[in-house]
Amino acid sequence: MVTIHINDKPFKIKEGQNLLHAGLSLGFDIPYFCWHPAMGSVGACRQCAVKQFKDEKDSKGRIVMACMTPAEDGTRISIDDPEVLEFRKSVIEWLMLNHPHDCPVCDEGGECHLQDMTVMTGHTYREHRFKKRTYRNQYLGPFIHHEMNRCIQCYRCVRFYRNVAGGRDFNALACHDHIYFGRHREGTLDNPYSGNLVEICPTGVFTDKTFKEHYTRKWDLQTAPSICVHCGLGCNTIAGERYGVLRRIRNRYHHHVNGYFLCDRGRYGYEFVNSENRIRRPLQRMKRTDHPAPVSAKTALKAAAASMIENRRIIGIGSPRASLEANFMLQQLAGTENFYAGVSDAHLQQIRTAVAAPGQGPIRIPTLQEAAQSDAVFILGEDLPNTAPLLALNLRRMVDSKAVQMAEDLQIHGWNDAAVRAVAQDTKGTMCIASPKDTLLDDIAMLTYRAAPDDLARLGFAVAAALDPAAPKVESLSEDEKTAVEKISRMLKNTDRPLIVSGTACGCRSVMEAAANVAYALASPNRTAGLLYVVPECNSLGMGLMETAGGLETAFESLDSRGAAAVVILENDLYRRVDAEQVDRFLDAVPQVIVLDHLFNRTVNQADLVFPAATFAEAIGTLVNIEGRAQRFFQIFPTPPEITASWRCLRDLMITAKRTDADFWHSFDAVVSAMAASKPVFSRISITAPGEHFHMRDGKIPRQSFRYSGRTAIGTNISVHEPKPVEDTESPLAFSMEGYNGFPPPSLIPRFWRPGWNSVQALNKFQSEIGGPLRGGDPGLRLMETDPDIKAVYFTEIPAQRTLSNNQYHLVALYHVFGSEELSILSPGIAERTPDPYLALSPKDAAALDLTEGDRAGISLDGMHVKLPVRIMPGLFNTVTGLPAGLPGIPVVQLPTEVAVEKEKTE
Amino acid sequence: MKCPLTEHIRPGEAPLALEAYEKKGGYSAARKAVGKMAPEQITSMVTDSHLRGRGGAGFPTGQKWSFVPMEKEVHRRKYLVVNADEMEPATFKDRLLLEGNPHQLIEGILLSAYAVQADIAYIFLRRAYVTAAQRLAQAIAEAYDSSYLGSNILGSGFNLELHLHSSAGRYICGEETALLNALEGRRATPRSKPPFPPVVGLWGKPTVTNNVETICNIPHIVNHGADWFRRLSRTPNGGTKIYGVSGRVKRPGAWELPMGTTIREIFEERAGGMQEGYRFRGLLPGGGSTDFLIKEHLDVQMDFDTVQKAGSRMGTGTMVILDDHTCPVGLVLNLIRFFAQESCGWCTPCREGLSWMARILSAIEAGQGESADLEKLQRHTGLLGMGNTYCAHAPGAMEPLQSALKYFKEDFNRHIQEKRCPWR
Amino acid sequence: MLTRKEIAEIETEFSRYEQKQAVGVEALKIVQRHRGWVSDETLQATAEFLDMTPDELDGVATFYNHIFRKPVGRHVILICDSVTCWIMGYEDMIQHLRKRLEIDFGETTPDGRFTLLPHVCLGCCDHAPAMMIDDDLYQDLDLEKIDRILGAYE
Repeated sequence: MVTIHINDKPFKIKEGQNLLHAGLSLGFDIPYFCWHPAMGSVGACRQCAVKQFKDEKDSKGRIVMACMTPAEDGTRISIDDPEVLEFRKSVIEWLMLNHPHDCPVCDEGGECHLQDMTVMTGHTYREHRFKKRTYRNQYLGPFIHHEMNRCIQCYRCVRFYRNVAGGRDFNALACHDHIYFGRHREGTLDNPYSGNLVEICPTGVFTDKTFKEHYTRKWDLQTAPSICVHCGLGCNTIAGERYGVLRRIRNRYHHHVNGYFLCDRGRYGYEFVNSENRIRRPLQRMKRTDHPAPVSAKTALKAAAASMIENRRIIGIGSPRASLEANFMLQQLAGTENFYAGVSDAHLQQIRTAVAAPGQGPIRIPTLQEAAQSDAVFILGEDLPNTAPLLALNLRRMVDSKAVQMAEDLQIHGWNDAAVRAVAQDTKGTMCIASPKDTLLDDIAMLTYRAAPDDLARLGFAVAAALDPAAPKVESLSEDEKTAVEKISRMLKNTDRPLIVSGTACGCRSVMEAAANVAYALASPNRTAGLLYVVPECNSLGMGLMETAGGLETAFESLDSRGAAAVVILENDLYRRVDAEQVDRFLDAVPQVIVLDHLFNRTVNQADLVFPAATFAEAIGTLVNIEGRAQRFFQIFPTPPEITASWRCLRDLMITAKRTDADFWHSFDAVVSAMAASKPVFSRISITAPGEHFHMRDGKIPRQSFRYSGRTAIGTNISVHEPKPVEDTESPLAFSMEGYNGFPPPSLIPRFWRPGWNSVQALNKFQSEIGGPLRGGDPGLRLMETDPDIKAVYFTEIPAQRTLSNNQYHLVALYHVFGSEELSILSPGIAERTPDPYLALSPKDAAALDLTEGDRAGISLDGMHVKLPVRIMPGLFNTVTGLPAGLPGIPVVQLPTEVAVEKEKTE
Repeated sequence: MKCPLTEHIRPGEAPLALEAYEKKGGYSAARKAVGKMAPEQITSMVTDSHLRGRGGAGFPTGQKWSFVPMEKEVHRRKYLVVNADEMEPATFKDRLLLEGNPHQLIEGILLSAYAVQADIAYIFLRRAYVTAAQRLAQAIAEAYDSSYLGSNILGSGFNLELHLHSSAGRYICGEETALLNALEGRRATPRSKPPFPPVVGLWGKPTVTNNVETICNIPHIVNHGADWFRRLSRTPNGGTKIYGVSGRVKRPGAWELPMGTTIREIFEERAGGMQEGYRFRGLLPGGGSTDFLIKEHLDVQMDFDTVQKAGSRMGTGTMVILDDHTCPVGLVLNLIRFFAQESCGWCTPCREGLSWMARILSAIEAGQGESADLEKLQRHTGLLGMGNTYCAHAPGAMEPLQSALKYFKEDFNRHIQEKRCPWR
Repeated sequence: MLTRKEIAEIETEFSRYEQKQAVGVEALKIVQRHRGWVSDETLQATAEFLDMTPDELDGVATFYNHIFRKPVGRHVILICDSVTCWIMGYEDMIQHLRKRLEIDFGETTPDGRFTLLPHVCLGCCDHAPAMMIDDDLYQDLDLEKIDRILGAYE
C-alpha cells in the first residue's frame, strides 16, 4: 500500500497503479479517452491531465497525464487546479474543432463518452471559424457502421482490434490531422470480436449497424441483465427492448467471465427473437397430414393433458439450450426415469465426462479470467475461436501477462501498454494447440500439433504419462508423436498455473479423458492445474448436472421397450442431434408429439401440439456455463400474449393434468427451491440471484431509465386508455421507470449509468476497483466443487492406434462462429457470414483425389450419400476431412467416424 | 587543427576515399582504441570532453552512453543509431559532413559502437540526401573491405555491422524514438519515456542514438583527448560547432568555429551581414523550432547555455535571418504550417492545435484576421508546452510563434487592423 | 505479382533487420522505384510477400510522404517550401512553375511528364531557393534556371 495526496487529501492505495486508474477507483471524475482498463495507458489524447506537485511547498507544480504517471508513495496531485482545468477544457476544444454537429442524428447520442467528457470539462463555445475536415466512410460489413467524421483519434479502435482481438485487417492510416481508421479496402471486418468497437469507440464512429435497423435512444430502452445463449461460456449481457422488439445486446461486465468484451455471435445473434419464424400461438394438428391450426392455450393444454391421465408414461426430452428450471419442470412432469437429455447418447457421455472428470482428480476449474492468467496452456482438440470465442480472446491476453512480467523485470509498469509491447516484441504464449485443423489462436501459440481425434487423445494420454509415471502409458507412438509429447510435457512441467482446455468439439470422449489425465498428472504439493471443458450450448453443462435417463437413442429405444403415450420435447430440434431416419421413426411411432419451442423447425413441423416458448428475452431462467457457474437471466420485456415461459407452460400442463404436486410450483422462486432440494449440486442455487421478494429501499429495480419516454403513448394505436403497468411477479425487477436507481446487487444491474456518466464508462462507478470485480461481488454461483488433494483416478481407455483403409478419411466437425449455432444464424448479418456447406480436405488429400476447389465430392454416411462442394484447407491435417457443424443442409453425424471420399462425376 | 570536422572537406569535390582518409590520419583513432582501450574508457573521455549532442537537444553524449547496460556476463544485442534525418527547417550542417567526409562518420560510428558495445549500427538517412546516400554506401563498402567493419575488427574480437537506411520522409522521424519506430517499419510516432532507448530501444534492445555531427567529433576526441576538445571551445561546452547562416545575407553558408562564437561574428564576419538594401530584424538561432533573437542579442555567444539564457535555444546552430522585406507573420505562418503538416497525429494538442493555428495565421496573413486571434495564438503557446504534449514537436513549433508575438506584435496587429499583409 | 527483380531487391533487405516487418518501407520504395507509384494491387502483392496484411502495409505507406499512393508523372518535382526558401523567393518560383506546367500541387501534366509536389526543407539553405526533380537537386533557382532545368526532362 502507498499513500498519495489528491487535492491535499491523503489516500491509501494499492501499489503499482497509474494515477488515472487510482483516481477513478477512488471515485474521482477524471476525464479520459485513450486509456481503457483492459488496454492500459498510452498517453495519446492528453485528456486526463492533472497537476503534480513535488511536495507540500511546491505551489507551481507541472501538468502530467494521470494515465502515464505512476501513483507512488508521496505522489501529490491536484485534479482541479485552475491551470489544469483550463488545459483539459482545451483538449475538448481541440477535439471539437473538426467534430460534426451530429448529436441529434448520431446513434451514440445519449450514451456518448465524448458528450460526457465535454460536459465534465465545461467546454461550450466554438471559437473555430474554419471548415472541418471530412472523410469518406467505408462499408465494414453487416455489424459495424462507419462514420469517420466523428473521429477524435483516440486510437482505441485500432489498439483493441489489433492488440486485443488479434485482427489484422484494420489499421490507422495517413498522418497529422487526417488520420483515418479503417481498412485498406472496404469490406467486412474479418475478426469475430469486431462488434466490441461499438463500445470501445467513445464517439459515434463505430456503431451497431443492426441496432440502426430499429434504432432507439438509450434512455428509451427497457433493459435487464441477461446471459448470452449462443455458446457455453455464459457471457453476461444487457439486452434492450422497445415496443416489443428486442433492439440490441450490449456487454454486461463480469470480472470473471467475459470482462469488457463479447464476441460477434453473442452481440448480433439476438434477431431470432424478432424473427418472422417465431411461433406466436399454440398450434394443433388433428391429423398428422393436416396443417397446424392455431388454438387457444386452454384447448392445447387440455389436448396435451389428455395423454397424461392415469399415470401414462410420458417421455420428456430436455434441452441443453433451455433453462435449468424448464428442464427441471419437464423432469418433474415425466419423472426422472423418463426424462432424457436432448442430445445423442455419445454427446451426453461427453457432457457427463465434463461434469465428472473435475471431481475425479486434483484439479481446479478456473474462471475465464483466471484462464488468462495461466502461465502455460494446452488446448486439446478444440477450435476455441469458433467454439468458445470469448475464452479464446481471454487466452490471447495470456501473452499480455507474459509481456507484463518481462516489462516489470525492467521496472516498466504493466499498464504502460506501448512500452510493454516494445519489450515483449513477438513473444509467443506458452501454449500448445493440438487439433485436427489450424485455429485463429495459432499465431500466439509456441507449439501447434495436428492430428485426427483419436490420435489427439493418444497424444494427451502420452503427455500425462510423461508427467506422471502413475498415469497409463500409450503404446506404439510414432517418432513425431514422441517428440511432440516431449515438447509439450516440457512446456507444462515447470509452471505454476497450467491450464488444460478440451471439449466436445472432436466428438470424442477419449480426448476429454486424456485432457483430464494431463491435468491430474500436473498436480504437485504446490500446484493444481486448471481444467476447462468447452461444451457447445448455453446450458449443456446445466443439463449435464441433472439426472437424466440417457440420451436420445436411449429415449427412442425406451419407446420400443416400454411404450409411451406422448413425448414432450423442450426447446429442441431433434433433427440437429441424431440422424433424420431415427427421428422420423420415433416421431411417427409416438402417439402424441408435444413440442415447446421459440421458432418453427423440422421437429416443430412434426408435432401434434405446439406451445410457443418464450425466449431468454421474454422469460426468467438459470443457465450453467463451462465454469459450472449458475447465472440468472431476467426477461427484458413482458412475455408477449399467448407466448409462455417453458417452465410455466409445463407447470400449467401439470395443473391441467390434475397433478397435485404442481400446486407447489406457484412461482419461479418455488421452482428454484424445489430444484435446490432435488440434488446436492443444486442445493445452493437459490442464491444465484435474489428472488422476487427482494426489494431495495426505494422499491423494485426499474428496467427503464427515468428518462424513458412515451410510456402512456405506446399502445394508444390500440386503445387510448392508459394500460395498467405490467407487473413482474418473478423477479426484483420492474417493467417501470420507478424504483431504485442506485447500486443494486450485481446480478440485478439492468444498466450501467451514473449522473454525468451516460456511456458504457459508467461501469467504472460499479467496480470495487477499475478493471476489478463489481462492487458487491460478480454474479453467479459456482456449482462444481473440486478438491486439490483428492487422489487422481486416471482414465484408462486409451484408443488403439488406427490405420485407415484405402480411401478412408477421419471425419471431423468444423465449427464456425457464424453458422454452427442454431439460433444466431437467424440474424441476417450472421447468416450472411455463414459459409455455404462444404467438404473440407487438405491440399495433399485433395490432390490425391484429383479434386480442386469447388469440385463436388461425395461421402457415404449411415447409408446416406452426401454430395458437397470441396473446400481446400491448408491448415487441415492430412487424412482428415471436415464438415461444417450445424449448418443448414449438413447431415448430423455421430463422431468420430471414418468415411470414404469420392470425386463426383460431372455430368 | 582548429577545424577537425571540416578539415578535409572540399565543397564541390568528391570526399576522401578510404586510403586518402587514412593518409590524412583517418582511422588512427580506431586503431588506437578498438580492442586496445576499454569501452568504458572511451565513454569517460567523451564525458570529460563536455561534448553535447549536436542534433539540437544538447544532451551530454557521454552521459547518454553511460545509460547503456554494459554487463559482460550476458551478451545482449545492442544498437547504435546515427540520426542523419536532418530536416529541421534552415538546417544544412549534417549534409556538409555526410557528403564531405563519410569516412569520418564511419570512424565515429565504429568508436561509438565500441564504447557502448553495440554490434549493429544503422545510419538513418533522410530520403532526400541522395548524394550523401551514394557517398556513404561507397565509403561503407570501402570500410568493410578494409576490415573497419564486419567481424573481428582490427583483430580486436569486436564485431560491428553497419547498415545504411534511407527513410521515406516525415520530419518527425528525426525525433529519437519516432526514428526507432520508423526503423522498425512502423508509423513514426514517438514513444513515451521511460523506458529510455538505452534500456528498451530498437526491437526492445538497448539502443543509443546520436546526431551525425556528434559522432563525427568522436575520432578527434579519442585521438587528441578530452582536454584538447574542451580547449577548442570558448565556453564550458566542449569542441567546435558547425554554424550556418541562411537568408538575405551576403554569404550564406556553414563554417566550423569554436563553440561559443558570438552570433555577431558568425553573422557579420562569416556571412558578411545583410545584403544591400536589406536590414536585420531578427534571427532564429538554431533552425525553425527556436525562439527569435533580435538586435540586442547579437553579442550572445552561440552555445547551449548562453543562448538559453537569452531566451532561445542554440538547437542545430544554423541560423536563419529575418530581414525587413520579409513579413514576420508570413514567416511564422510558413513554420507553423510546416509543423502542423509534419505532426504525426498521435496527441491531441499537436494534431489539432497546430492545424488550427496554421489556419488562424493564414487568415491573418490574408487580411482576414480577427482581434481575438492573437489571444488564441498566445494561449496556444502556453498550452502546447513540454509535458502537455506527447513529444517536443509542438513545443518546438511554439518557439518561433511565442517570440514573434513578443518581438513583432505590432506587425501582427497591423495585419489585423489593416486587413492585409503590409509586405505584399 | 512482384517481378523477380523486385523480389531479389527486397530479399537483400531481410538480412539487414531483425524483423521482416522492418523491410516494409524499403520494399515500398523498391516497388515504387520500378513502377513509379504504389497502386492498391502493388501494395497487396508487396504485403503478401512480407507476410503482412495490406492494411498493415498501407498504414505505413500512407504515413510517409515519399510513398506515392496515386499515379505520378515520369518525373516528380519536389519544391522546397520551407522557411529559408520562402524568404529567398519560393513564391515566385512556384508561381512560375504553376504557369509553365499549368498544374498545381498534387497534379500531373497532361502529357505525363511532371507531377508537382511541395517538400520540406531540403537542407541546402545556403543555396535557396531549391528543388529536387526525382533524385536530382537544383539550388540557387531563378526563373530562367527553372525553365532550363525543366527542359532537360522528357
